[in-house]
Amino acid sequence: MDRSQAIRATNAIGLTKSEYGGTASTLCKGCGHNSIANQIQQVAYDLALRPHEVLKLSGIGCSSKSPAYFLGMSHGFNSLHGRMPAVATGALLGNHHLRGIGVSGDGDTGSIGFGQFKHMVRRNVRMVYVVENNGVYGLTKGQFSVTADEGQELKYAGLNDFPAVDLCLEAIGAGCGFVARSFAGNAKQVRELLKAALAHRGTAFLDIISPCVAFNNEDSSRKSYAYGRDHEQAIQEIGWVPQQDEIVIEPTEPGEVRVVPLHDGSRLRLQHLEEGHDPTDRRAAVDRLMRAEASGEFLTGLLYYDPSRRGLAETLGLGEHTLAAMPDARLRPPPEALADMLQRF
Amino acid sequence: MTLAPTEAPPEPPSPAFDPHVNDFSLVVATANGTGSQTANLTLMRSFFRMGVPVNGKNVFPSNIQGLPTWFHIRVSRDGYLGRKESGLLVAFNPATVDADLRALPAGGAAVIRDDLHPSVARDDITVYALPVKQILEVSDAKGKVRDYLGNMAYVGALAWLLGVPLEVVEHALSVQFGGRRKLVDPNMLIVRAAHAWAVANLEKRDPFRVAPMDLTRDLLLMTGNEAGALGSVFGGVSVVAWYPITPSTSFVDAMREFLPQLRPPQGGERSYAIVQAEDELAAAGMVIGAGFAGARALTATSGPGISLMAEFTGLAYYAEVPAVIWDVQRVGPSTGMPTRTSQGDLAFTYTLGHGDTAHPVLLPSSIEECFEFGWRAFDLADELQTPVFVLSDLDLGMNTWMGERFAYPEGPLRRGKVLSAEDVEARGFARYADLDGDGIGWRTLPGNPHPRSAYFARGTGHNAAAVYSERSDDWVENMERLARKRETVRRAVPAPAVERVPGARAGVIAFGTTRYALTEARDRLAARGQQVSSLRLRALPPSDAVRAFIEEHDVTVVLEMNHDAQLFGILAAAFPDLAPRLRSIAYLDGVPFTAGFIDDRLQPYLAAEEA
Repeated sequence: MDRSQAIRATNAIGLTKSEYGGTASTLCKGCGHNSIANQIQQVAYDLALRPHEVLKLSGIGCSSKSPAYFLGMSHGFNSLHGRMPAVATGALLGNHHLRGIGVSGDGDTGSIGFGQFKHMVRRNVRMVYVVENNGVYGLTKGQFSVTADEGQELKYAGLNDFPAVDLCLEAIGAGCGFVARSFAGNAKQVRELLKAALAHRGTAFLDIISPCVAFNNEDSSRKSYAYGRDHEQAIQEIGWVPQQDEIVIEPTEPGEVRVVPLHDGSRLRLQHLEEGHDPTDRRAAVDRLMRAEASGEFLTGLLYYDPSRRGLAETLGLGEHTLAAMPDARLRPPPEALADMLQRF
Repeated sequence: MTLAPTEAPPEPPSPAFDPHVNDFSLVVATANGTGSQTANLTLMRSFFRMGVPVNGKNVFPSNIQGLPTWFHIRVSRDGYLGRKESGLLVAFNPATVDADLRALPAGGAAVIRDDLHPSVARDDITVYALPVKQILEVSDAKGKVRDYLGNMAYVGALAWLLGVPLEVVEHALSVQFGGRRKLVDPNMLIVRAAHAWAVANLEKRDPFRVAPMDLTRDLLLMTGNEAGALGSVFGGVSVVAWYPITPSTSFVDAMREFLPQLRPPQGGERSYAIVQAEDELAAAGMVIGAGFAGARALTATSGPGISLMAEFTGLAYYAEVPAVIWDVQRVGPSTGMPTRTSQGDLAFTYTLGHGDTAHPVLLPSSIEECFEFGWRAFDLADELQTPVFVLSDLDLGMNTWMGERFAYPEGPLRRGKVLSAEDVEARGFARYADLDGDGIGWRTLPGNPHPRSAYFARGTGHNAAAVYSERSDDWVENMERLARKRETVRRAVPAPAVERVPGARAGVIAFGTTRYALTEARDRLAARGQQVSSLRLRALPPSDAVRAFIEEHDVTVVLEMNHDAQLFGILAAAFPDLAPRLRSIAYLDGVPFTAGFIDDRLQPYLAAEEA
C-alpha cells in the first residue's frame, strides 16, 4: 500500500486514524506519555470507537495534558490535581453510556488524589483508568513521586528515603476488578490491555511505566526506557479477541493458554509465560506483586481480573436513559404529586 | 431626624385576650437522646392544629446522648415566628434544672419532673411537680421505650394546663407517627394518664393558655431542609453527591425519602443517583462532573464542607459548569459551634475559589423560599452555566416552620443554551463565544454525535474555542466576557423583598431567617412612632433595587448574624459611593435574634438621626 492509500485508510465506521488524533503534543520528545497517547488513538481506531461515545478525563500534570493529544472529536475534562476520579464519577453518572478514558499520573493518583483514586475504584465506576507512571513530577521539574524507589538518587531531588507505593496493589486493595501493569515501550501489550480494559464493566486500572526523558531516564532508574527494555518481565502474552473471532490455540505453544471472557462478549487470550499465575486469584495477585517488589522484578501483564462486581451505574439502578437525557416528565412529578405530598405536612 | 408618626395607631389586642393567651414561648429542657423530640413536635403541632401560629426551635448539642437540649415553642396570635424568651418551662433535665429555673422571668411557670430536686426557690413563678413514674404505671412498656414515653407526661399535663383538647393531641401524634396506631396508642395512653392526673391534682395558677383561632388553615409545618429537598426533587435533580455534616444531613435524608416516592423507578430504571462521597471535595467534584455531562446535580453541606469545595467551585466558575450547592450554615470557623445557627458563610461563599470569582447566592428565609429556590436553582445554574449556591441556615433548615402550600414550579425545566447535533451543523460551535452579548456561550453535552461538537473543558487558560491558551489577550477577553456574564447573573437572580414605609428615613437590609425577629421589631418600633423600611435580600449579587433602597434612606442598617459584618462589606464594595450611608448590626452567639435585640440595637442609629 502506498502512502496516499495509507492516509485514506478507514476503519469500520469510515474514520481515518488521524481523525482519532488530537492537537499536537507539547510534552517532551520521547516522553512515554506520547507513546501511550498514540496507542489510545490506535486502539480507538482499531475498535472503531465512535468518538462521541468516549469521554476523556484527566487531573493535572504532564500525563493529564495528554488527553488533548488524542481523540479530538471526543468531549473531555481536564479537571484538578488529583480530582479526576470525582469528576469522572459524576460525569459517568450523568451519562453512563459513555466510555470513560481517564489519564492520570503517579503524583496525581498516588499523592494528591490517592483518596479519590481508591474511593472511585471502590465504587467501581466503569472506565479505563490509566496512570502514566514515571516516578517523578515533571512540570515542577523532577521531585520524587510516591512510586519512586526507596534509595533512588536524582540530581535535583536528591535521595528518596521512603518506600515506593505500588499502585496496582492499592487498586487490588480497593476492590478493583481489572488491574494491569505495562510499559510504554511495549506498545503491543499496552494496546491489547487497553482493548480489554474498554470491555470491562467497572474500573479497569492500567499502571503504565512511562519514562520521563527529562528527569528520570538514567539507565539505573527503574522507571527508565533502558531499564524497562532490559528487565520487563511479561507474565503473559496478551491478545484481545473480538466477539466474532475464533480463538486458535496451537498445541505447540509454550505455556498455559487461558481464555478470559470479558463483559461485552469479547475475550482475552492469555498465554502464560510464568507458570502458575492465576489472574483471577486476588490473594495470589497480591502475593506475586509483593514478591516482585521484594526481588525487584518489573512484572507486566494482567495481574488481576474479576468481573463479578457491578459498575456504579448498575449498582445505582440506572438504565436505558442517561440522567442527562432523562425526559422532563420523569424529572418533575405532576402537580397532584406535590399536592399529595403536602397533605402529609 | 424625626421619624414620621404612624398614620393610624396599631390595633390594641382584643380585650377578650388575656396578654398570655396565644402569646407566649415555652421551653422544654431535656437531655439529648431521651426521645423528647416527638413530644415537642406533638405539642407544637397541637397548637398549630388549633389554628394558632407556632414556630419550634431545637437548641441541641453536638452529641448523641446526655448533653442538655432545649426545645423552644413560640405561640403567637400575631403570627410572629422569631425567637422569644420563654415564660413557660418544662424542666426534665437534672443537669440544667437550676439554671433553667433561674432563667424564667417573674410571672413564669414551670412543670418539673417530681424526682428533680432543684436548689433554686422562686416565689415569683408557678411550679407544678409532675410524678412521671406514677403516671407511667399505666404502661407496660419497658427499658428505653418506657423512658421515651415518659416525655408524653408533660404533653398530657400541658394539654390540661394550656387548654388543648385531647383529640387535638391525638391528631398531632398521629401525624407525627405517620398514622401508625401501634405507635400512637402507647403514647396517647400516657398523654391521657397525665391529663387525668393533672385534672385531679393540679390547680391552674399560671396565665398561659392556648385558645382556638383560625390562622393556620391550609398552612404547612415543615423544616427548611425538607422544603429545599422537595423543591430540588421538583426541580429535576438527578445526581446528588454529598458528605454527612450537621445541619445539612437532613436535607439529603429528605431527598432520599422523597425521591423514591415521587419519582419511583420505571421498568427498574431510576431517574436519579445518590452517592455518599468520601469527603466534600469529592462531592463537589462529582456534582461538577455530572453538570458537565448535562445532569442536574446537587450537593448539600455546611461551612467546613464549603471550605473543601473552594477548589472545585473555582474550576466550575471558570470552566462554566452548572451545579447547585446548598449550604446550611452553622457557626464557624472550622468546626465552631456545629449545632448552632449562623450567617457566617456569606462572604466566603460569594467569592468561593482562589480569586476573581463571584457566584450567584440565593438567600431563602422561609420554607416557601426553600422550596422555590430548590427548583429554581437548577434553572438558574443551567441558564447561567455556573455553580449556584443556596445559603440556608441551621435555624431554617432543621427547625419546623409554618408556611403556605408551595406553588408548583412555573413553566418547563429551563436547560439554558445547549446545542444539539443539528444546531452544531447549522451554526458551528465555539464553546465560549459570546454570540448573544450576555456573556454566556452555547455548550454541547458529551455524547453529542456531531463531529465538531466536542471540546476539552479545563481550568487552564483557554480561548473562545476552548483551546488551551497562555496568551494575555485570550485571558483578558475571556475575563471581560465573564464580567458581562456577571451582569446577566445580577439581573437573573431573585429580586429583594422591599417593605417601604412612606416617609421613613432609616432602612434595614437583612437576609434569611433574621426576617422574623425584624418584622416583629419593626412593628414594635412603628407602635412607638419609629418608622423603618426594610429590604430583605433574596440573592447576591445585589441588584439595582438594593442601590435604590440605600439611596432612598438617610441611613441603612445592615443586619446579619455573623461577627465580621460580611453583607455590610459586600454592599459597601458593591456601592462604594453609598457606603457612608451604611451602618452595621452584626452579631453572632449561635441562637436566632429576638425582636427585643434588634429593637435595642437599632435605637442608636435612629436616635442619632433624630439628633
